[in-house]
Amino acid sequence: MIHPMLGEAWLAMGANRLRTALTMLGMVIGVGAVVIMLAIGQGAQYAVQQTISTMGSNLFIVLSGSFTTSGVRSGSAGAPTLNVADAEAIAELDGVTNVAPTHQGTRQLVYGSQNWSSQIIGTTPDYLEARAWTIVSGAGFGDSDVRSATRVAIIGKTVAENLFGDDDPVGKTMRIQQNPFIVVGVLGSKGQSLDGRDQDDTVIIPLSTAQRKVFGTPFLGSVRMIMVQADTAENMPRVMDSVSSLLRQRHRLREGMPDDFFMRNLSAAAESEAETTRTMSILLGAIASISLLVGGIGIMNIMLVSVTERTREIGIRMAIGARQKDILSQFLLEAVMISFAGCLLGLILGLGIALAVNALTGMVVVISGSAALIAFAVAAGVGIFFGWYPARKAARLDPIEALRYQ
Amino acid sequence: MPAMDNAAVIRVAGLGKSYETAAGLFPALKGVDLEVRPGEFIAIMGPSGSGKSTFMNLLGCLDTPTVGDYFLAGKNVAQMDRDALALLRNRTLGFVFQGFNLLPRMSLQDNVALPLVYAGVDRETRRERARALLAKVGLGQYAESLPNRISGGQQQRVAIARALVNRPRLILADEPTGNLDSHTSEEIMRLFEALNDEGITIVLVTHEPDIAAHCKRQVRFLDGQIVSDRLTGEGGA
Repeated sequence: MIHPMLGEAWLAMGANRLRTALTMLGMVIGVGAVVIMLAIGQGAQYAVQQTISTMGSNLFIVLSGSFTTSGVRSGSAGAPTLNVADAEAIAELDGVTNVAPTHQGTRQLVYGSQNWSSQIIGTTPDYLEARAWTIVSGAGFGDSDVRSATRVAIIGKTVAENLFGDDDPVGKTMRIQQNPFIVVGVLGSKGQSLDGRDQDDTVIIPLSTAQRKVFGTPFLGSVRMIMVQADTAENMPRVMDSVSSLLRQRHRLREGMPDDFFMRNLSAAAESEAETTRTMSILLGAIASISLLVGGIGIMNIMLVSVTERTREIGIRMAIGARQKDILSQFLLEAVMISFAGCLLGLILGLGIALAVNALTGMVVVISGSAALIAFAVAAGVGIFFGWYPARKAARLDPIEALRYQ
Repeated sequence: MPAMDNAAVIRVAGLGKSYETAAGLFPALKGVDLEVRPGEFIAIMGPSGSGKSTFMNLLGCLDTPTVGDYFLAGKNVAQMDRDALALLRNRTLGFVFQGFNLLPRMSLQDNVALPLVYAGVDRETRRERARALLAKVGLGQYAESLPNRISGGQQQRVAIARALVNRPRLILADEPTGNLDSHTSEEIMRLFEALNDEGITIVLVTHEPDIAAHCKRQVRFLDGQIVSDRLTGEGGA
């Protein structure tokens, strides 16, 4: 039954090619727009997720407080109010997965005849874990390196390229402020952070080594910053609260006295960025869906015209034995075929444009099979939904009236 | 087919049809009784407005009566639903129109085969039967042509072939020669006569005495009622 009807639907579509093509164009544009918008929206989300994943998730930092001398206030981390013992105490709290006290600054690196200025981070092995950084060649350093203040370093990709060129940096010795450091590992590339800094321009060394050999510190054991990772995003506020009260207690701050430390939520910015892109892609999809809706209305319009034009044909078909459902499925099939053909062309067009956007502007586009599938399902749905009313109108015609129609 | 040899093909009792008009209910048909036996060849005659077309539409299951009973092949169709009527139109009777009513975009073969599509017959059988019937009405060589390539008389032959394709025992024709010249009309009537000789019951509407003369029985309508019903002599009026 379906087979001859497909042929007839094809004939009917071919009978007025320009009209069919224009009706289809509505669907082509609608589906094309949805595909492009989804590809770009998902691309943006993907890009943000990539950035976030290099930053580490559920992170916040505790900075040592400021101090005031003769009315001049230092910035945050000016006073040595935090120490390694604070970090160890924080590690004992519930919901804390990683704690990394850090001390960082910018120093000149020397290897052979090359030199390069880079950010030096003195920290513990937890740091890499908290930030989800991986080592692509060589190895990291362990807690024993931190305890015995060994002179080992893990370097980022930018440092490796600028200092070592084509040489393999692992096992080589470079100098940081006259002190020789053995490069034990190279970090995987992480690209830019959300604020545009090159995260690969980094050298990571044990905290104790940094304090004793590189930065020097008036109070042994004090740190400027402690990075803390909570186990889940939901636990972040609770963990931050408990860290705050723990530190107040440890620093013997009485009720009413200001904190002698600062806390910053690193994930908040990233999450709001992710939220923004998610909202954007939903918005884009919604706008594109409206064009799909308009395309569907176009189909309905043309099917209504078609039913009126072919009233006599419907009458003849009924007179020779077509049941209501035969007429209904004939017109429904026609609407769905137009919708599907438009959808297929729209899919091709959308993918083509999305790939062209990617090739020309380098914008990340993500083409997912599920998006294509959804587009198809929606097209079929649109065809059936907007084809239903005209088809039912055709099926309900009175045979006598339809036969008399001129 | 149910036993039809002795039972009436058509039995109509007190059949009436009224239409809603601006001036109130208009009775187009006022209690008609008629019995058609297998193998009959009946002309229904009468001036326009006499109710003969209304009667034909009721016989053709295209319309339902306001009152009365209509037994087609022994079954009362007066109160059947639309799909049941569609089934009767498809299998039990064949309808031939004044205006041929072929579908213009389809080949003659596909036109003839169309009722078989609705009967759920497979493609190969549809093709075979349509070809055979086109050959029978003398148009086998035009099977792939479109309706607008052939003359009116030829189109009416195709329409008759279409009416026959589901092998009904009853053909209803509403002024089948109304759009044709007298020579072509004669040809069409000879085709009907040949079909009647094969045992097919034929009821046709006409207002031309020449055409009615081909039939074996003439029923005359006036003002929604049958006013005369008589058998025709061999070839006489």
